Amino acid sequence: MSYLPKSPWLVHYDASSCNGCDIEVLACLTPLYDVERFGVLNIGNPKHADIFVVTGSVNEQNKSVIQNIYNQMAEPKVVVAIGACATSGGIFRECYNVQGGVDKVIPVDVYVPGCAARPEAIIDGVVQALGVLEEKYKNMGKVAK
Amino acid sequence: MGERTIIPFGPQHPVLPEPLHLDLILEDEKVVGAVPSIGFVHRGLEKLVEKRDFHEMMYVIERVCGICSFIHGQGYVQTIEGIFGLEIPDRAKFLRTIWAELSRVHSHLLWLGLMADAYGFESLFMHCWRVREKVLDIFEETTGGRVIFSVCKVGGVWKDIDNETLKRIVEVLNVVEQESKALTDVFIKDFTVQKRTRGVGVLSYQDAIDVGAVGPTLRGSGVAMDLRKLGYAAYGELNFEPIVEKDGDCYARTIVRVRELYQSIDLIRQCVSKIPDGEIEVKVKGNPKGEYVSRLEQPRGQVVYYGRANGTKYLERFRVRTPTFANIPALLKMLPGADLADVPLLALTIDPCISCTER
Ligand code: SF4
Repeated sequence: MSYLPKSPWLVHYDASSCNGCDIEVLACLTPLYDVERFGVLNIGNPKHADIFVVTGSVNEQNKSVIQNIYNQMAEPKVVVAIGACATSGGIFRECYNVQGGVDKVIPVDVYVPGCAARPEAIIDGVVQALGVLEEKYKNMGKVAK
Repeated sequence: MGERTIIPFGPQHPVLPEPLHLDLILEDEKVVGAVPSIGFVHRGLEKLVEKRDFHEMMYVIERVCGICSFIHGQGYVQTIEGIFGLEIPDRAKFLRTIWAELSRVHSHLLWLGLMADAYGFESLFMHCWRVREKVLDIFEETTGGRVIFSVCKVGGVWKDIDNETLKRIVEVLNVVEQESKALTDVFIKDFTVQKRTRGVGVLSYQDAIDVGAVGPTLRGSGVAMDLRKLGYAAYGELNFEPIVEKDGDCYARTIVRVRELYQSIDLIRQCVSKIPDGEIEVKVKGNPKGEYVSRLEQPRGQVVYYGRANGTKYLERFRVRTPTFANIPALLKMLPGADLADVPLLALTIDPCISCTER
C-alpha cells in the first residue's frame, strides 16, 4: 500500500456498544496513541468523513441511524466495524434486541476483533481501511490528489 | 414570545460519543423544553440470565458499561454472594475496593476531559486523557485488560496483587495526583472556564431530592449521600466523608468530581496500608436460592442490583438500576432556560452513560 496524500477523517457512531470500545476509539486519538499526528481526525459531520467507525451491534432503533450516517458520507468511503459486538453481536448476540453485526445493514470493509478491541488493533484496522480507501479511489477512475 | 423551533440533538453528536437523543424545544436561542428518547443502545442483557449460568453472567453484567465495568461486576457478585450468604476473605474485599477506586479515578479523569472538550478546550481534554492512561496501565498490569477486566468472581477475585506491586501503584498514583493538580486547577481557577460553568444549569437542593438525582449530580446540590458509607467491601474500614458542594451549578458538579478524584487516590493509599494477607477467594458450592438487593456507589452515582434465584444454576431475574437513568430527570430540570450552546455542557454534567441506562 502506498500512502494517500490526503489525511483520512473519521466519523464514529456508537450503535449499541457497551462503551468499552468507544472509549478505546477515543483513546486512539489522545496522547498515548495519538493518531492525530498522522492527520487522522475524529469529526462529527459525516459529510466530511472518509472512514466510518462503528462500535456495537445493530438493533431496530439504531438501524436507520447507521444507514443515515452511511448515506450522508461522500464516495469513496470505508466502514470499519470495531469490537466483537460490531462484527457479530459479540457477547450480546443472543439478546432479544440484538440483530447481529453492523454488516446486517451496511457493507463493512474491515473487521477489528476484540472485546474490548485494543487501541493497537483499532489503529491497525484504520490503517487497513486506508488501503481499501485507496483501492476504491482507483476503481472510481480517479487519482488520489 | 418568539416562535418555537424543535431541534434534534443526537443520537450522533460530536460532543457525546454515545447516542443520547433529545428533542429541544427552542424559543429563539433559549431552551424551553426537552423531550428525551432512549432505546438506541438497548440490548436486553438482563434476559441473558436464562441462557448463561450465574458464574458466566458476571462477564455479561460487566459489559453493561465499559467505563464503570469493574463496579458492575462487583455489584453482581455481591448480589450473588448475598443470596448465598457468603462471606468473602478480607484481602479480596480490599482488592475489590482498590480496583473500584481506580475505576473512579479513571472515570472522573475521562469525564473531566470530555467536559473540557464540550467547551472547546481541546488541549485540556488531551492532557486529562494522557494522565488517565497511567491508571489504565495499572489496570492492564494487574488485571490484563484496559477497560474490561473480568477479575471479580463469585466468592472473591481471580487475581491477587502482590504487595510490591501495590506499593508501586501508590507511587504511580502520586504522579497521577501531581499531574492532575495542574489540570484541575484550570477547571477550578480559569476565568474563561468559570464563565462557562458558574451559574449554568442550577439544580436546587429540593429539586435534586425531588427528581431523585444520584451521585455527583446530587452531591453538587448540597445533599451528602454517598453509598460507600454503607461500608460494603472494605469501605467500612476506611476513613472518608462524602464530598458536597452547595451551588448546584455546572461548576459545583465539576468541583465535586475533582475532589472525588483526590479522595479516591487517598482511599487507595489507605487500602494499601491496611490490606491484610490471606486468601483471595472462598469455594462456592451448589446453586443460589433466594433473592437479594445490593447498592453500590458508581462514579456516576447509586446503582442498584436485584437478583432472584430458584436453586438452579440459572438466575430467575436480574435487574440493574443505573445512575444515569436517575439523573436524566435532573437533566430535564436543568435544561429549560438554558442557551442552546450550553446544552452539550449540561448533558455532560450529569456524566451520562447511555449504555448503562438502556442496557
Ligand atoms: S465488543 Fe466488548 S467491549 Fe466492545 S462494545 Fe462489545 S461488549 Fe463492549
